[in-house]
Amino acid sequence: MAEEEKGALGDELSRRQFFTKLGLGSLSIAAVGTAAFSYQYLEPNVLYEPSPVVNAGKPDRYPLDSVTLDVNNGIYIIHSEEGYFSLSAVCTHLGCLTAWKQELGIIACPCHGSKFGQNGKKIEGPAPKALPWKRVWLNDDGDLLVDRSTDVPALVRDSFVRI
Amino acid sequence: MAKTVDQYFDELQQTRVWRSIFRSGTGSSTLKRALAIQQNVFLHLFSTKVRTRMLSFSATWYLGTLTLGTFLILVATGIPLMLYYHPSAPQAYADTKDLQFVVSSGMFLRNLHRWSAHAMVFLVFAHMFKVFYRGAYRAPREFNWVIGVVLLLITLLLSYTGYLLPWDQLAYWAITVGSNIASAVPLVGEKIHFLLLGGNTVNANALLRFYVLHCMILPLTAIFFVAIHFWRIRKDGGLYSHASEPATLRGAAQDAAAAKGVQ
Repeated sequence: MAEEEKGALGDELSRRQFFTKLGLGSLSIAAVGTAAFSYQYLEPNVLYEPSPVVNAGKPDRYPLDSVTLDVNNGIYIIHSEEGYFSLSAVCTHLGCLTAWKQELGIIACPCHGSKFGQNGKKIEGPAPKALPWKRVWLNDDGDLLVDRSTDVPALVRDSFVRI
Repeated sequence: MAKTVDQYFDELQQTRVWRSIFRSGTGSSTLKRALAIQQNVFLHLFSTKVRTRMLSFSATWYLGTLTLGTFLILVATGIPLMLYYHPSAPQAYADTKDLQFVVSSGMFLRNLHRWSAHAMVFLVFAHMFKVFYRGAYRAPREFNWVIGVVLLLITLLLSYTGYLLPWDQLAYWAITVGSNIASAVPLVGEKIHFLLLGGNTVNANALLRFYVLHCMILPLTAIFFVAIHFWRIRKDGGLYSHASEPATLRGAAQDAAAAKGVQ
């Protein structure tokens, strides 16, 4: 009987080895599945975060050559000769909120001393990049809207809103 | 096929790394079976022997025991603080202020928790410097040094997660900066940042996640590793003392022999 079994199976798996492999294989698949589901569970599907689109109000609120910080939304509304544009106020170094220094004409970060120009250009580190420009446009009511989730190229004609 | 896996496992068990982590060897003799139980922290929590030197009363208790002392103070003060604290925004800030100005002894408990946390971070570093400069990390204590590094990381994470809980400006910006450092990890940085905060910015989700990490996950992980750490000290020949190390004793014996030879 034993010989017959051995002969039938030859060099292949014995019944015990087969069930061991089957058991370990199923456990491995279950473990991978558990890891995948755990990862999905930890990643929220719905975020109750504020909308990336901000209504900055009527453009005439912002006088010519002014830089206005919106603290709650982390953006600057800047009215320059070329038109209105918006910069992210979040430092590209480690995410602190920067501030406009009127007397120096620069944007400065209080955390680690990065400095940026009025157009977002990096003047001094440790920030690795310039402050990104955000998409701005006028809605039908004539309000200035800013999309914080969309970066636009700096100093390009289309990145300004002209009235 | 199954056999080759066994062979790989046997080879793995002979490596220096494996032998430094698992103290007992393998085999099927009665002695080896007994050792497998007796040499495992989870199956045999108390070691079979202790040196009197390890129980003697000293000023710093080799700094590790002082670190445990601060950890116990942190647990003892942290649990009562949890009774008045809601991990929700912006209630958390009001609860922190209540603990300071309204709750009886709240200020005392909160400050005790805070100063013990600072002391624990300091003592962990002092402990590591002492172990490093005395060479106490060498064999057979290599793996206990590794556990010590894990405990250092847990201590720093406990300190970091606790920092957000008062939900004030200092906490908010410190965690904003700290979590942005996590985004600097190559490839998975942004994912780690998102999972850690449970969102894109430091908000209510982040506060709750840090609370659960601070009060449940990290302390339990710390206790798990502290158990192994202490048990390994006893197993690996007790607290390090330069005078009683085999290498020192050998060196002394050689010196004595050499001195005899001269005479």
